[in-house]
Amino acid sequence: MRRFTLIAIPYFWLLVLFLVPFVIVLKISLSDVALARPPYTPQLDLSLGWEGLRTFFSGLDFENFVFLTTDDLYWKAYVSSLKIALVSTLLTLMVGYPIAYGMARAPNEWRPTLLMLVILPFWTSFLIRVYSWMGILANEGTLNTVLLWLGVIDTPLQIMNTNTAVYIGIVYTYLPFMVLPIYSALEKMDESLIEAAEDLGCSKLAAFWLVTWPLSRNGIIAGCFLVFIPAIGEFVIPSLLGGSGTLMIGKVLFEEFFSNRDWPVASAVAVILLLILIIPIILFQRNEQKAREAEG
Amino acid sequence: MAQTVFAPWKDRDQKPLIEFRNVTKRFGDFTAIDNLSLNIYEREFFALLGPSGCGKTTMMRMLAGFESVTEGHIWLGGQDIISVPPNKRPVNMMFQSYALFPHLSIWDNIAFGLRRESKDKEMIGERVEEMLRLTRLTKFAKRKPHQISGGQRQRVALARSLAKAPKLLLLDEPLGALDKKLREETQFELMDIQETTGTTFVIVTHDQEEAMTVASRIAVMDEGRLVQVDTPDVIYEAPNSVYVADFIGDVNLIPGTARLRPAEPEPPVAAPTLAKDPAPVAEAPAPATETTAPPPTAQADAPADARQPAPNERGEWIYKKVFARFLGQRDLATPQLPPPSPGELAAARKAEADAERANTPTPDAARAPAPAAKPHGTETKSGGILIDWAEGQPPIIVANGDTALDGKPVTLSIRPEKVTIDLEKPDRPNVLPGKVIDIAYLGNISTYHVELASGRMVKAQMVNARRLSNRHITWEDAVWIGFTETAGVVLEE
Repeated sequence: MRRFTLIAIPYFWLLVLFLVPFVIVLKISLSDVALARPPYTPQLDLSLGWEGLRTFFSGLDFENFVFLTTDDLYWKAYVSSLKIALVSTLLTLMVGYPIAYGMARAPNEWRPTLLMLVILPFWTSFLIRVYSWMGILANEGTLNTVLLWLGVIDTPLQIMNTNTAVYIGIVYTYLPFMVLPIYSALEKMDESLIEAAEDLGCSKLAAFWLVTWPLSRNGIIAGCFLVFIPAIGEFVIPSLLGGSGTLMIGKVLFEEFFSNRDWPVASAVAVILLLILIIPIILFQRNEQKAREAEG
Repeated sequence: MAQTVFAPWKDRDQKPLIEFRNVTKRFGDFTAIDNLSLNIYEREFFALLGPSGCGKTTMMRMLAGFESVTEGHIWLGGQDIISVPPNKRPVNMMFQSYALFPHLSIWDNIAFGLRRESKDKEMIGERVEEMLRLTRLTKFAKRKPHQISGGQRQRVALARSLAKAPKLLLLDEPLGALDKKLREETQFELMDIQETTGTTFVIVTHDQEEAMTVASRIAVMDEGRLVQVDTPDVIYEAPNSVYVADFIGDVNLIPGTARLRPAEPEPPVAAPTLAKDPAPVAEAPAPATETTAPPPTAQADAPADARQPAPNERGEWIYKKVFARFLGQRDLATPQLPPPSPGELAAARKAEADAERANTPTPDAARAPAPAAKPHGTETKSGGILIDWAEGQPPIIVANGDTALDGKPVTLSIRPEKVTIDLEKPDRPNVLPGKVIDIAYLGNISTYHVELASGRMVKAQMVNARRLSNRHITWEDAVWIGFTETAGVVLEE
């Protein structure tokens, strides 16, 4: 009984905060658009009893999902989202790994401060930080002004409203999610392992590739998923920093929902997005579990 | 068949494998190693011993190449290695934490070093199998380090560091993480492996027992200096300083002043013995005061002996009724035991008396009256020195003391196992009365903490050849501690 109660709490949580909303979204995705409030049919009318339930279910169909396949905007948006998420994850890893490595090798008394500096940006609103990137990347922005003043360029760089700006935005925003798991993996690592590798004939570089890198792998995988998963559905960064050429599924979803007021299609887009994300989420969970087993 | 003694350090022609030449290592202002020179020979099992922070680990890390040398040179097999990086040195190290690669199997861990030399697969395989056999790990080859026990990990670490057949193997506190029993077993394994492979081992340890067990020579270090470098027996039996004597094993350190021992055998033998005679002994000249206590053997009020385990009335009754039938009549040792209270009294009174007469009779005066009064049974070696160690106490005879120390402050170091403890006054060159304060029972041996009349504590060790229930010396007993004239070592301050 006690055990049941203990298990029940997280399951209840999952039910209320994930499963119920998901069922609602799924239901809407199977409905038809209507000029009504809410803007879809059929509505479940429980006062009609069994008859009402039957008419409700007979009104549901997969029309919206079929529609998503007919317009290539959608799959292009999915592919483009995956591409942007993948590239920005790799970029974040390239920037984040050296930072995490440096932090883990820093003197002990410095580490809390460095950790603090990584977390510090979270203290400011995410939206404000993205807006300040607009200020930096704009044609008359800080970056171009400095580069022009230095004489590196003679015409302002068009960074704002391009995919580059989106990459910069994603890398910047998700960097802590990459740095922290890698740092924790590297920090746990016994430094004598490197010495042992060198003692057994490795050069410093070989010791890194044969020991440090494999031992930080779990951190790398965790960090990559933590960046990749939210980056696929990212909406704020592409809509603020990206231009008309930036095609991301989050943006499509927003437009369907708010501009077209087509809730059923928007819900279908969301359901597909979730299905796409389930694979990396499961992989991520499996990696975490393996890491825990290896430690235990 | 007696083997030839392995002692290359005595051979002047022998070339050392490792040579530290005036090596100094500083970390900022702190000098970890201070102008140190040391030779280590091939096939030696050399132990660096000292408390934490004495620089022993720094020495090892300099040999491995993880620490640079501030001044001086280190030669290894005729090559100056101070500028050689760790991965180019013919030296392997077994780390204190073992530093096994957690992502690799035992097999791959052992093969790690071999693969770096890009030897062919077959040879690597053979060598790894050989190492697995040597360390009895064949069964575990496929496992990961976290799937084996601490003792097995220790052997993997050893196998990995031996796999490349280094000229020199460094062991940094290799057995520190093992429990006592496993550690002792492993020490013997280490020695066997060292012998079979013929590798030179340098071990760093703070555990003096471990160093004594495994090493051919021990270097005792303190604050970046070598205090003594010698074989375990010399370090133990003939320490060159109070520091070494105190660091290695248990020791009694008695500070005092050296005095030349009179040459003619007759008076000196008798004299100190007599002088040693304490008040409680009947034949000794009684001090002026009436503090002469009854001899310790005297029977007196028994209840004082509350610490002695003894059956109570019911126990006696049960024994008589039940156990006596098949165990036989018990001979009660308890009543025969010398009751401690008179002895205690005697010791206490004597201490008082000593304090009183401290300024009046000199030892010489005390000795004067009866040189012939006590014909001594044992042949006492002549020569050496006497040590005056406490006011009003007989000097200690040290036949092996250097006569050049005459008049100098010295410390006599005696190992507890060389000190006997008796209830009756024993027939030994040096006998001192005291009272048992503490007994540390270790099973095989017992260490008695005896307070001498001067208040000094002396440890005496006895092998518990008899069962504990028959132990005849107990707390608060008045006892005699004794040791021979050659048992101790005189150390200059």
